Amino acid sequence: MSRPVIAPKHARALAQGLGWFSIGLGVAEVLMPHRVTRATGLHGHERLVASYGVREIATGIGLLTSRDPTPWLWGRVGGDALDIGTLAAGLRPANRDRERSGAALLAVLGVAALDLVCVLALKPSRRPPLPLADYRRRSGLPQPPGAMRGAASDFVVPADMRTPPALRWPAEAR
Amino acid sequence: MRALCWHGKQDIRCDTVPDPKIEHPRDAIIKVTSCAICGSDLHLYDNFMPGMENGDIMGHETMGIVEEVGSEVSNLKKGDRVVIPFTIFCGECDQCRRGNFSVCERSNRNKSLADKVFGHTTAGLFGYTHLTGGYPGGQAEYLRVPFADRTHIKVPGGIPDETLLFLSDIFPTGWQAAVQCDIQPDDTVAIWGCGPVGQFAIRSALLLGAKQVIAIDRVPERLAMAEAGGATVIDFSKESVVERLNELTRGKGPEKCIDCVGLEAHATATIDSMYDRAKQAVMLETDRPHVLREMMYVCRPAGVLSIPGVYGGLLDKVPFGMAMNKGLTFRMGQTHVNRWTDDLLRRIEQGQIDPSFVITHTVGLAEGPNMYKTFRDKLDGCIKVVLKP
Ligand SMILES: NC(=O)c1ccc[n+]([C@@H]2O[C@H](COP(=O)([O-])OP(=O)(O)OC[C@H]3O[C@@H](n4cnc5c(N)ncnc54)[C@H](O)[C@@H]3O)[C@@H](O)[C@H]2O)c1
Ligand SMILES: [Zn+2]
Ligand SMILES: [Zn+2]
Repeated sequence: MSRPVIAPKHARALAQGLGWFSIGLGVAEVLMPHRVTRATGLHGHERLVASYGVREIATGIGLLTSRDPTPWLWGRVGGDALDIGTLAAGLRPANRDRERSGAALLAVLGVAALDLVCVLALKPSRRPPLPLADYRRRSGLPQPPGAMRGAASDFVVPADMRTPPALRWPAEAR
Repeated sequence: MRALCWHGKQDIRCDTVPDPKIEHPRDAIIKVTSCAICGSDLHLYDNFMPGMENGDIMGHETMGIVEEVGSEVSNLKKGDRVVIPFTIFCGECDQCRRGNFSVCERSNRNKSLADKVFGHTTAGLFGYTHLTGGYPGGQAEYLRVPFADRTHIKVPGGIPDETLLFLSDIFPTGWQAAVQCDIQPDDTVAIWGCGPVGQFAIRSALLLGAKQVIAIDRVPERLAMAEAGGATVIDFSKESVVERLNELTRGKGPEKCIDCVGLEAHATATIDSMYDRAKQAVMLETDRPHVLREMMYVCRPAGVLSIPGVYGGLLDKVPFGMAMNKGLTFRMGQTHVNRWTDDLLRRIEQGQIDPSFVITHTVGLAEGPNMYKTFRDKLDGCIKVVLKP
């Protein structure tokens, strides 16, 4: 993958910003669905818009509270796709307000681009880890583990760390 | 000099800071040749440990060459090669005379604060919270070592830094974790966490003669390294830990359990772990004791729980009644490093173990801040990072 457009530090700040944006938009959609449908040329879809609002609020809270915003950002990208689909339907010739839908669609495309930039910038550049076989060779021991069992039994456990005989297995013969 | 400094949650920077100076006749200054990032540093990085201040120098696994000594340090001289234990100790107080160096009564310069918070003070630690003295750490070009006449391990030339460095912390820590179990030839020792500490606990349990060593984690390369050390492994993201442990011990449970995870335990979709996450998020709980709960539950009655994993504050929903009724023994604490290091250095020299096996990344100091993230998130197959200032 090519280098992300922005540094991870800025992406994290952007994710916070997107979180607040989600909450703001979500609250508007839930409380004033009529105004939102009027502004976006989606008359008659108030309930759908209000349900989108609930989604936005949940995503916003997720973005602001979780340590790793990535899954929530992907959630936003998915939501953007839904919004785009809904607005695209508003472009049909029969819709008198299709210009409004068009304008809203442009705005959503812009925000969707921002969401994508943000989530890609946060993606850790993970060089492929060394092959597992390499780790299986790292024993640190001069011989196979089986041969090293008990190699340090000359060690005397200090008195303060010894288990009382009554708590040992197998029970000592008495 | 340059040093890695703490500036808040997940914000470590490579800053330029004043060189340390001798402040007390028992001090020494060492020029750092190698240092490492430890799982304990991650608790500071994630801001789970109270008492950090902006600009604190990180690091407590350090070795180097003596540069200068104070007037009362007669057993070290310029040019000596030393590993510095993470616990600072005086060597003379009641605790030190018993070998309990990590609870030295004199080396914590913020003793009155620690007395208030812990009831009684514990030892001073390098590069850690101000509750343990707030001493500048060793992820830097130079380190001031207080009580340097005692707080050092002299090491011979001819052995690479990589083989000796971990005498400062994780090797003795894994060792003490196993020693505390007082391992018997019939014992099954179950070890949670296959990070660097877990890796040394696995090898220590094997060398001390455990019949069976079982290691638990979910990171594939760490499990592979655990197998290399002779452990039977359980991937807790794929199998039930309790069921597998009971299977492997014919229903009895492991006699000895070691927690090499500490307060940032992960869990896959268990109710208690989600409870911890939620409470931690709203600051009603500081630690996530999932591993402790699992150990108490699965341990064979009258067994031992050994806890090198670090906890910071208050734990919730710990089934203490279960532990009490099962008659479990708890042993825990920061490691009394120098109590073990003469013996462990001898074992290294005799070739019983080469601790460098655990290193996956070696970088310069400037790369340090990135490496904190790489190590924390287990990116790039990272298990242990060594920094070369
Ligand atoms: N007592 C001491 O003196 C001392 C010294 C050094 C380190 N420590 C502590 O030891 C602990 C481990 O240190 P490390 O350097 O190995 O750190 P680490 O973070 O690399 O290792 C922790 C490992 O635990 C695994 N883990 C997380 N949740 C788990 C679960 N539920 N079950 C099993 N495994 C789980 C992680 O995947 C990781 O591999 C830390 O708490 C550290 O602070 C204590
Ligand atoms: Zn450590
Ligand atoms: Zn002391």
